Amino acid sequence: MTAQATGTDILDVAREQVLEHGVPLRQEQVLSVLRTDDDRLPDLLALAHEVRMRYQGPAVEVEGIVSLKTGGCPEDCHFCSQSGQFTSPVRSVWLNIPELVRAAQQTAATGASEFCIVAAVRGPDDRLMRQMREGVAAIRAAVDINVAASLGMLTHDQVDALVSMGVHRYNHNLEAGRSYFPQVVTTHTFEERWETCVMVKDSGMELCCGGLVGMGESLEQRAELAAQLGELEPHEVPLNFLNPRPGTPFGHLEPMETADALRAIAAFRLALPRTILRYAGGRELTLGDLGTRDGLLGGINAVIVGNYLTTLGRDPRADLALLDELEMPIKALNETF
Amino acid sequence: MAVEPVASPSSPGTWCGQCGEAADSGAHIRCALRAELEPPRWCVHCRRRMTVQVTPGAWTATCVRHGSVEQATWS
Ligand code: SF4
Ligand SMILES: [Zn+2]
Ligand SMILES: [Zn+2]
Repeated sequence: MTAQATGTDILDVAREQVLEHGVPLRQEQVLSVLRTDDDRLPDLLALAHEVRMRYQGPAVEVEGIVSLKTGGCPEDCHFCSQSGQFTSPVRSVWLNIPELVRAAQQTAATGASEFCIVAAVRGPDDRLMRQMREGVAAIRAAVDINVAASLGMLTHDQVDALVSMGVHRYNHNLEAGRSYFPQVVTTHTFEERWETCVMVKDSGMELCCGGLVGMGESLEQRAELAAQLGELEPHEVPLNFLNPRPGTPFGHLEPMETADALRAIAAFRLALPRTILRYAGGRELTLGDLGTRDGLLGGINAVIVGNYLTTLGRDPRADLALLDELEMPIKALNETF
Repeated sequence: MAVEPVASPSSPGTWCGQCGEAADSGAHIRCALRAELEPPRWCVHCRRRMTVQVTPGAWTATCVRHGSVEQATWS
């Protein structure tokens, strides 16, 4: 049997190709997975879970995130309540350094190994870089946690500066597949995002790069996002489900169906067998408690605990109790997948 | 006691903190549901948009006129 199995049933093909040989699904294969019927969903999730367990193991990476600079972003990502171009009620605000450290301490107290500092900007200016330098140093002096950052598009010098601060992972999402991207963002291009991702990878920082599903994209375009992420081979892929925000261009869309969201989780896992696949925004709304559990048994191996940037999450105790019940240990600080 | 920019039993305010409409204008059922996953955005006393900082375990909402309130979201 070759790695590129030639069966007709996509789950049989995926079992042979991904589980047995570790070869990710290609775009058209991801599409076939996204098109499977609801009655195949339990088998699909079980297979994605087997793939996660074989290539990543049972541990779950726990992360907290905080917004260092909220709102007033000049970009126009149509899903985002922090864009200054829409009539969203989110106002601009900066977090001070003592509060940033407190947020990192709160996060570490949950057992989390990751703390990501996020800013709503096109890319960092000098003020933000100064805040980062001061903030990251203060966190590293006070809290035992890995510091990650998400500050938009970077220059080479900024990449180097973040490395020198000790930022170990950088988040920059593709957001959508290349063909749908112009419907989602008009103030910058897919290629500009791609360039920052490549620079981050080349720098030695870990790349965290994901996107959103449920933004009105076709299944073909959803599969395209998975395949393009696969091409980048990020260390981590955060998967967001659109949470339609009042005042944004996507504010009128309905949240995704739970079954579609679960199919997307499994499909992304089969396209990215060796990547940390994280629940990011929108899971409370789209999946609820039951779906959250199904996703953790269907390919997800990382979570965000506590609140998001502008919205609230579940009480971390509920998530930690669920991981405990599923016998999925929290990834330790210096453990690598 | 100082007034807080969010609704409390003793000081419910005039405006809905979630949607910014008059609190007595029809039902705010969706707003009540939304409040589980969102901090308030509008001061319930003066309808100004508040600055809201969310952190992993809390949110802080500030109205320039009616002050600031922090609420922990986990214990
Ligand atoms: S660049 Fe980031 S903060 Fe700005 S609108 Fe896009 S997603 Fe929102
Ligand atoms: Zn309301
Ligand atoms: Zn007020």
